[in-house]
Amino acid sequence: MFQDLFELEDIELMTTTTEIKFSDSAQQQVQEILHQYPADKSKSALLPLLHLAQAEFDGWLSAPVMDYVASILNIQPIEVYEVASFYSMFNLKPTGKYLIEVCQTSSCWMNGSEDIVRYLERTIQAETGQISPDGMFQIKTVECLGSCGTAPMFQIGDKYYENLTFEKIDTILDDLRKENKRSRYV
Amino acid sequence: MSKKLLLTYDHIPGINTLEVYRQNNGYKSLEKALKTMKPDDIVEEVKKSGLRGRGGAGFPTGMKWSFLAKPEGVPRHLVCNADESEPGTFKDRYLMERIPHLLIEGMIVSSFALGANTSYIYVRGEYFYIIKILQNAIKEAYAAGLLGKNILGSGYDLDLYVQPGGGAYICGEETALLESLEGKRGNPRLKPPFPAVAGLWGRPTVVNNVETIAAVVPIVNFGGDEYAKIGIGKSTGTKLISASGHINKPGVYEIELGVPVEEFIYSDEYCGGIRNGKKLKAVVAGGSSVPILPTELILTTAKGEPRLMSYESLSDGGFATGTMLGSGGFIAMDEDTSIVKNLFTFARFYHHESCGQCSPCREGTGWMEKILKKFIDGKATMSDIDLLWDVQSKIEGKTICPLGEAAAWPVAAAIRHFRHEFEEYVKNPQSIHDVKHYFRLNNLVEA
Ligand SMILES: Cc1cc2nc3c(=O)[nH]c(=O)nc-3n(C[C@H](O)[C@H](O)[C@H](O)COP(=O)(O)O)c2cc1C
Ligand code: SF4
Ligand code: FES
Repeated sequence: MFQDLFELEDIELMTTTTEIKFSDSAQQQVQEILHQYPADKSKSALLPLLHLAQAEFDGWLSAPVMDYVASILNIQPIEVYEVASFYSMFNLKPTGKYLIEVCQTSSCWMNGSEDIVRYLERTIQAETGQISPDGMFQIKTVECLGSCGTAPMFQIGDKYYENLTFEKIDTILDDLRKENKRSRYV
Repeated sequence: MSKKLLLTYDHIPGINTLEVYRQNNGYKSLEKALKTMKPDDIVEEVKKSGLRGRGGAGFPTGMKWSFLAKPEGVPRHLVCNADESEPGTFKDRYLMERIPHLLIEGMIVSSFALGANTSYIYVRGEYFYIIKILQNAIKEAYAAGLLGKNILGSGYDLDLYVQPGGGAYICGEETALLESLEGKRGNPRLKPPFPAVAGLWGRPTVVNNVETIAAVVPIVNFGGDEYAKIGIGKSTGTKLISASGHINKPGVYEIELGVPVEEFIYSDEYCGGIRNGKKLKAVVAGGSSVPILPTELILTTAKGEPRLMSYESLSDGGFATGTMLGSGGFIAMDEDTSIVKNLFTFARFYHHESCGQCSPCREGTGWMEKILKKFIDGKATMSDIDLLWDVQSKIEGKTICPLGEAAAWPVAAAIRHFRHEFEEYVKNPQSIHDVKHYFRLNNLVEA
């Protein structure tokens, strides 16, 4: 959490030539989200909007994307940066197409999460944190995801993959390669 | 009245839909509450039930509700804590996934009791698929007139929304949760003021765990007195236990409070014993924050009485020989488990999750992780055991929120009960590699 504070300088300032704007359906979702709070408390929409923005704009939050969210909520960009950098689900750098979030905490560790990570690294040919050479996958080790009774497990987008075995992982990765769509939570 | 109050219908196909839920006594408590009870009557029943918060602290729910400030003209809020991030805990997820309407029914009845007209369910962001399940269920409830204006013709209005978190254990702490719900970093607030006086947007707010709110449904249905007959002593009612680790049947179990720990671990009704015929070594009984206990002390108290799954029995003996019921995250470890390595995963977790506001927690969690890493790497010395003890002892009571303590307790308990294992890691670093962490997958890993 707090370590991330010092990574603010890492926020990609890269600007893009394409205009940053939510799709029509996302715009409609924005309106629904804003409707959930009193009119003068719209900052409460920040986390839901960041999730939406991350899903809409390639799975990560660039500075221009965060500025765009700030403009929708009529708040300062720094109010968005400080929040985005606090929460572990917001990526401040580009990721592999599928972000594989492997739980490494107690029950998962007891049930072989270290082997899962090793096997994944070998299969996608990239160490934890690195994007695989084909750009498809990236492993991220995370803390307890509330799936301890079905350990070992990982999460990709909004899907939980539980009671993992190496065979299961092979099938999952093969299916995703075929699907070839970026993972998203929203 | 059966022993199961929450998971009575969880295996019925389609129970996640409003139609099937209603066919199985769903929304009966709402009809009863709106048609025959005044808000204060409900608070009174909850008080009588003896229900204690199921999020970890075990604070009496009826009392918490009666503290809610009610200044004229200021809206009040009920916020459900579905952040569920304490390692070992997955019961709220189970409940919301299987029977979303039970939580929604509880939210409506509880909001009515508290006089709230807008309520929120704050769900950890990683549970996005559950957020979708809840949103669908809420849509069904609106369409059936169970939410929105003039619910069931009673004149009572309620809007209910689901808010995603962003991945942060600390947002389970109720004031951090409220900060997060206001669109900020999840930094816990100094208390007082308590949320009951100044909570969400400075308004009077009650924060309750998913299971607590769900328990209001049977309490209203059967009455507080009937509820209080279930369980043992001041541990009334039932509790959802998330069981994981080296057991034959991991999963979520609804137990009547007071079941003997031994029965919970070994009977086929619950965990079904330790996997692969191994012996039990230790248990973390209530989520990662509570003290770990060796087999002798988890099965019987220091006085030699059978230990029961209840608030009082689990804490019998204080931290010297006891533990806590906590969130009900029950992690069982077999004889081959390295207590030090397991503790390292906890220390890494707390270091990662500290919000960084208080030096003892921010620095202490980092130190504890680093020192434990030395043990794992075979580089620790005997004085590191004392150093580790010293660091953990300087956190408790010196921080804004209890996360610091939650990080210190497991370290203290591991040294207290398993000091010999730390010493073994120092004397014989090779032993680390000899420890048979039998992973289920081990035989598949190439050398
Ligand atoms: C670090 C920390 C994490 C917590 N996480 C949770 C959680 O995930 N879910 C929860 O219900 N309560 C959690 N709590 C407890 C809440 O602060 C609060 O006591 C609880 O939501 C109150 O609800 P209850 O009385 O119904 O248990 C946490 C507390 C701390 C200090
Ligand atoms: S104890 Fe830790 S988590 Fe709690 S407020 Fe202080 S630094 Fe943050
Ligand atoms: S420990 Fe991995 S999901 Fe809980």
